[in-house]
Amino acid sequence: MSNAAARAARPRRIDPASLAPFAALAVLVLVGTLLNARFLAPDNIANVVTRASFIAVIGIGATFVIAAGGLDLSVGSMSAFIGGSAILLSNASAGHGLGTALAVGGLVAIGGGALCGLANGLVITVGRLEAFIVTLGSMGIFRALTTYLAQGGSLSLTPDALQDLVRPVYFGSVLGMPVPVLVFALLGGVAWVVLNRTPFGRHVVAIGANEEVARYSSVAIGRVRTLTYVIQGGCVGIATILYVPRLSSVTPTSGLLWELQAITAVVIGGTSLRGGNGRIWGTIAGALVLESVANIMVLSNLVSEYLIGAVQGAIIIVAMLVQRSLRRN
Amino acid sequence: MASGLIGNRTPAPAAQATPTLAADALGKSYGQVQVLSDVSLSVRAGELCAVLGENGAGKSTLMKLLSGHLQPDQGSVLLDGQPVRLANPMQAEQLGIVLVHQEQLLAGELTVAENLFLGRELRRGPFLDRARMHALAAELLASLGCRVAPDMPVGRLSIAERQMVQIARALLVPRRVVILDEPTAVLTPHEVDALFAALLSLKAAGVALLYISHRLAEVAMIADSVTVLRDGRLVTSRPAAGLGELEMARLMVGRDMSTLFPPKAAPPPASASPALQVTRARVPGQVREASFSLRPAEILGFGGLVGAGRTELFEGLIGLRPAQVEQLVVHGRTLAHLSPRSALRAGIGYLTEDRKGRGLLLRQPLATNLTLVAPFQRFGLLDAARELAAMEQARTGFDIRAGRRDALAGQLSGGNQQKLMLAKTMLTGPRILVIDEPTRGIDIGTKAQIYRFIAALAAAGNAVVVISSEMQELIGLCHRVLVMRHGRVVAELEGDDMTEDAIVVHATGVGERAA
Repeated sequence: MSNAAARAARPRRIDPASLAPFAALAVLVLVGTLLNARFLAPDNIANVVTRASFIAVIGIGATFVIAAGGLDLSVGSMSAFIGGSAILLSNASAGHGLGTALAVGGLVAIGGGALCGLANGLVITVGRLEAFIVTLGSMGIFRALTTYLAQGGSLSLTPDALQDLVRPVYFGSVLGMPVPVLVFALLGGVAWVVLNRTPFGRHVVAIGANEEVARYSSVAIGRVRTLTYVIQGGCVGIATILYVPRLSSVTPTSGLLWELQAITAVVIGGTSLRGGNGRIWGTIAGALVLESVANIMVLSNLVSEYLIGAVQGAIIIVAMLVQRSLRRN
Repeated sequence: MASGLIGNRTPAPAAQATPTLAADALGKSYGQVQVLSDVSLSVRAGELCAVLGENGAGKSTLMKLLSGHLQPDQGSVLLDGQPVRLANPMQAEQLGIVLVHQEQLLAGELTVAENLFLGRELRRGPFLDRARMHALAAELLASLGCRVAPDMPVGRLSIAERQMVQIARALLVPRRVVILDEPTAVLTPHEVDALFAALLSLKAAGVALLYISHRLAEVAMIADSVTVLRDGRLVTSRPAAGLGELEMARLMVGRDMSTLFPPKAAPPPASASPALQVTRARVPGQVREASFSLRPAEILGFGGLVGAGRTELFEGLIGLRPAQVEQLVVHGRTLAHLSPRSALRAGIGYLTEDRKGRGLLLRQPLATNLTLVAPFQRFGLLDAARELAAMEQARTGFDIRAGRRDALAGQLSGGNQQKLMLAKTMLTGPRILVIDEPTRGIDIGTKAQIYRFIAALAAAGNAVVVISSEMQELIGLCHRVLVMRHGRVVAELEGDDMTEDAIVVHATGVGERAA
């Protein structure tokens, strides 16, 4: 916004609810430090933030879907499926040089993700079906396809040279910042602009706030809603590009329960599960909250780390309760 | 209508008896908007008190305060002379006070009997006593002159039948006070007769009745007393005897109707090429056949009863619901495809009657709503400066009054919401404007203002369609009125032929009207 008058005439009201996820994160950092001073060690912080990157990136996409009043349960198995596909096609094209293999893998991941999202979106909008049912179905389909591609085992990047080439995508850093962190920070910035400063973003929020009003306002509801799923798919593709280099392989259990974590991050971040608002930075804070909790559990020995899933499950319920009580006031 | 009923009027109850239900200086406000202030009213056992007022006069709010649906901000509710606090409708019902809503609140999937007994099912041991519920339901409905089978799903009933079921539900257990909010709005004359007979027997049984209606002829026929509200204040409470329809209308409006409407511009010549020509439009289940044409600078009214298919016709033409049309010509161009986008491109703007549910994003700022159809953009990004300028222009051009600059659409009064919707639609540059119930629930001052806007838009060459259930509005504003009944256009009225009587006759299909 270049017009200073416009800025002055539109006072920014800071909704206290939008600060909640950051406050929760600050409290967690404090608790983590009190329980184990190692929590604040630079390498541990870098580790937590890097590990949070998958859920942060997927959560950015989920913020669009949920802000528009939708839901995507298929993101975890979609990631495994496109990761497996990318590995197979990279390996197959390794004969044309490692650079080609790398490009093929990247394109397959992002393009495949966008296509999977497009399929979800079209079935939901053209078929007029509940997003919950459609993505529950595609979650099963993507998971089974992954198992089928891997024939029940795992899929690994070959040759080893290719593995070495991709490792920096997850383990590398630029100017002291881990690459995955740079990726989600950059993506978060772009996503914030798209959601808050473009006509498309405004229509996303409008159909989430009241689809009927959007319909009566001639908004192309089907197209906007489908695009949110395409964005979600593209984000899953980016998350997969960050994820595969960590182990250089995909198994049928890769990305398990990521949908739960992504939706939890979005809800912690202050986006209403009914749609009508979207908070990109809140979602990123939510992803960091989830990963910090897991990290604290590992460091502190207070609770068995086998219970991480249970704690994360409890967090989404608590976050929903908090959201409800904040709305009532 | 039932002119025979007039002779049956039971003697008015003794004035000195303690009122069964009374409002004592009730006041209610939503946000900064005071919708009701200092309203007192009383109704005695066996008395039928009609409550009159224009849309937005505060009738429904008053009835909701008296039946526990709302809590008063000032004043109190008295039952048998004692102040009572009606915390919720359930508590009011336990005290014998029930409100029959204007909106239909029935579960469509359940049967008539299941709806009647919902929440108070009869049992035999742990099981439902279906036989007894059906028998009681049939008996009650028959007493209301309503012939629907108790095992029929409510979703398959006509709107009038549903209304009767809703009334029956209120009468299922003995009541002391029954409040009816426009019970006859969707009933045919025959059903109205049956309802009146039922109301008379309630009166004879000593029930106190409060009755909201816009049909003044009915009120003159059955009311013992009349209470008139205007702009949230009490105008008068007096015996109905000797109060004619005209006098009631004058009390309701509080001013000469002629100043409410701007002077009519001369109608455009019949030879002018039409702005919109519709040939044989059909909307499955709603509109059987409708053809009409509309000229530039013309204001065309659509009258008819609720459910006659007026809203559905235009929603079909705009592509908001499935419809077939043999030919739709907009400014000489045939529109092949019905969709909201193509209607927008063809220059047709539609303002829905459902402001809160379909018209505005209530939790979003005014400017977001104003520009929702096509947000201003520069290089793909929202252009905040142009948006602000457009908002300023709309604010002054349509006199949109918001308490604060950053107000949300849901915080505006109904009249300002309507003006915002008008501004929003005009921003898309339509040449044909369809306005569905332009002044529903709007105070009289804003009403006159909206009429002036509509007249000015027509004078500027736009073709305007006004769908309205208020006959005064159609007559005062439009050059021509089409009346719809049961999904068909049944009459076209022009000039001096546009009278309330003529509209009612064609809307109901009844050849004569008791008045």
